[in-house]
Amino acid sequence: MSMLLTIEGLSKRFGDRLLFDIDRLAIEAGAAYVLTGANGAGKSTLLRVLCGLERAEVRAVSFLNESLSLVPYPRSMRDAIAYVHQHPVMFSSSIADNIAYGLKTRGLPRDEVRSRVDEAIAWAGIGHLRASPPQTLSGGEKQRVALARARVLRPRLLLLDEPTANLDGQAREAVIALIPTLLQSGASVVMACHDRDLIGLPGVRRMKLTEGRLSLR
Amino acid sequence: MALIQAVQDAFALLLSGDTALWNIIWVSVKTTVLALIIATPLAVGCGYAIASHAFPGRRVLIWLAQVSLSLPTVLIGLLLYLLLSRRGPLGELGWLFSQSGIVAGQVVIALPVLVAFTLAAVQAADVRLAETAITLGASRWRVMLTILHEVRFGVMAAVINGFGRVISEVGCAMMVGGNIAGETRTITTAIALETSKGEFAQGIALGIVLVSIALVINAGLMLLQGDAHAAPAVR
Repeated sequence: MSMLLTIEGLSKRFGDRLLFDIDRLAIEAGAAYVLTGANGAGKSTLLRVLCGLERAEVRAVSFLNESLSLVPYPRSMRDAIAYVHQHPVMFSSSIADNIAYGLKTRGLPRDEVRSRVDEAIAWAGIGHLRASPPQTLSGGEKQRVALARARVLRPRLLLLDEPTANLDGQAREAVIALIPTLLQSGASVVMACHDRDLIGLPGVRRMKLTEGRLSLR
Repeated sequence: MALIQAVQDAFALLLSGDTALWNIIWVSVKTTVLALIIATPLAVGCGYAIASHAFPGRRVLIWLAQVSLSLPTVLIGLLLYLLLSRRGPLGELGWLFSQSGIVAGQVVIALPVLVAFTLAAVQAADVRLAETAITLGASRWRVMLTILHEVRFGVMAAVINGFGRVISEVGCAMMVGGNIAGETRTITTAIALETSKGEFAQGIALGIVLVSIALVINAGLMLLQGDAHAAPAVR
């Protein structure tokens, strides 16, 4: 398999505290990973660095075989990497507008935006919520809208930060049911999580962040 | 009894369609709306920029905006008078004792109110909104529009407060406008003048108009906010 993203010498500090110092992070095209580690190990921060929300020290970056710098965060990576927050927020428009947001920033034609949004809503099983104000959704429903909002962009790399955190019962099961179809979409997926059901999904490789070091199992 | 009589006279004056009275109201509303049209984009942009960016001198700017809120409008009028007077650096504009001068003063008065309220609204916005917009590929410009849309009620409150402060101020309009009948006489300067002459009916009539404008504008804001006022936050 070809490499989608490789980063050499990736370290992040908060003041004097070294959060992580990773020799090499390599993500294969189309591969799925879970990123595990204790609370505070830096999993969320690592995902935020990968999607350009946090800055970090980096020796070398290669994305789709092109050498890049992460400062400023390159447009090619911005357009190809989607990130889903642990506690997603919704814009106060409509659910369809939330899902269409990234497509509109990319300037896609209106008809294509509409058809992709319809397809994403059907995929996430949130058709019955279409008329609901986004702020009234439950945590699980917001997570499904956020997954649809990311998936609709057809990203090359999908970063999910604890997609089932603080969810239980049916809400958690509904989110977990979506993940395997994401893994089959052809995108690379990195999920920071503690959820055993996600960690145990077939074909998912495990990365562990321990004391600032990243190991691949 | 004199008060009741004055109020009756005020309503009679308003309903009579008195040209001088309605001209005063027109001058006030026109200059205020024009000042807000000029000040709002500038102040909202500044408020957003200060709230969402870290740069040297940011805290000083916030402090200055807050200090400006409590500046007496008569002092702003004095400074503008010096700037716009014939020997002043902006004397060539010929704005002293004109509606343009009043608008300039009102812009200066409105700016800190609009900046401070916008700043507070943007600072109170959930930081994940901007992060979500960024990771979905939004440009800086689009992120700004998205956040301002999310805090639109705060921005509307800023504009309403700016409107209230500007239309109700008397010191600057008096000094820079000169209270010229039919030209630069505003609601507040007219009230001050008529009261000093003992003509309470016109003063009360204009006061009724001022309060009515405030009621209508605030009712409009509440209608726009819709469900935000539908239920109490704590039951």
